[in-house]
Amino acid sequence: MTNQPYITCRQLIDFIADYLDGTLEASARREFERHLGVCPSCVAYLESYRRTVALGKAALKPTEDAPGPEVPAGFVAAVKRALVEQKPAT
Amino acid sequence: MSGTLPSVEATPDGAVEGLVARLRRGDEAAYEELVRLTGGRLLAVARRMLGGEDDAQDAVQETYLSAIKSLDRFDERSQMSTWLHRICVNACLMRLRTRRRRPERSMDDLLPQFVEDGHQRTPTRAWKPEASAGIEAEELRALVREKIEELPAAYREVLMLRDIEELDTEQTAEMLGLTPAAVKTRLHRARQALRTLLEPTFAGGRE
Repeated sequence: MTNQPYITCRQLIDFIADYLDGTLEASARREFERHLGVCPSCVAYLESYRRTVALGKAALKPTEDAPGPEVPAGFVAAVKRALVEQKPAT
Repeated sequence: MSGTLPSVEATPDGAVEGLVARLRRGDEAAYEELVRLTGGRLLAVARRMLGGEDDAQDAVQETYLSAIKSLDRFDERSQMSTWLHRICVNACLMRLRTRRRRPERSMDDLLPQFVEDGHQRTPTRAWKPEASAGIEAEELRALVREKIEELPAAYREVLMLRDIEELDTEQTAEMLGLTPAAVKTRLHRARQALRTLLEPTFAGGRE
C-alpha cells in the first residue's frame, strides 16, 4: 500500500498510447495501473481508445469482396502507355 | 515493425530488383513487368487511402511515372517495392490534400476536457458491446470511415500512415516532414478525436 498521490486522469490519458505500445517504464506503468484500479472512468476511456484503434484498422482493411492484388489488364496497358509517352526520345 | 512496409512485403522483390537495369535502359517490357509485379499492392494502398477506384488508379499511375522519372535517384541498396510504396503514399497524400473539403472541426472539441485537478470534466461512459450489435459489419466500417474523414487533415494523415499503413513513427515523420515526437502526439490526438466521434454510437444510442 502506498500513500503516494494518484496520477490524474489527464496524466493517465496522456500516457495511454505509450501504455498500449508497452513503452511506459515500469514505475509509470505501476502508477497508470494503480489509477485504473480506482477510476472506472479511465478504465472506460482506455477500453474505448483500444476499441477505436481496432475499429479504425478494420474500417480500412480490404474485405473479401474487395479487388484482390491482381492488376486489372486495362490498367497495366494504360500505365505502360503513359510510361512510354513519358520516356525521353533517345 | 521496423524497416519493412507490410503493404508490399509479399511482392516478389527478387523479380522486381532484377528489373532495375532494364527500367533504366527504358525497356518497355520491363515497364509492363513492373506494373504486373507491384501494381496490385500499390492499388490496395491507394484504395485504402483514397476510397474510390478511379482515384486509386490515377494515384498509382502517377506513382509509376514519378518513379521512372526519378529512377536515377533510386538507391539500389533499398528495395524497389518499398521505394514505390513511399512514392505511392506521397501521391495519395497529395490527392487527399487537394480534395475540396468542408471546414475542419476544431481538435479542442474532440479531445477530452479536464477540470483543474486533472479529473475528466465528464466521466467516460463504458462502451457497450451490444451498441453496435445491430449494425451490419459493412455499415459499421462505413461509419468509421466517415468519422475518420471528419478528422482534421493533419491528424487523419498520421492516423492513416501509422494505424492503417502501419509505417513506424520514424517513417511517418520522414514522410510528413515532422519530428517523431510530433507524430506520436498527433497519432494520440487523432485516436482520441476518433474515439470522441464514435462515442455516440458505442456508448449510447446512435447519432
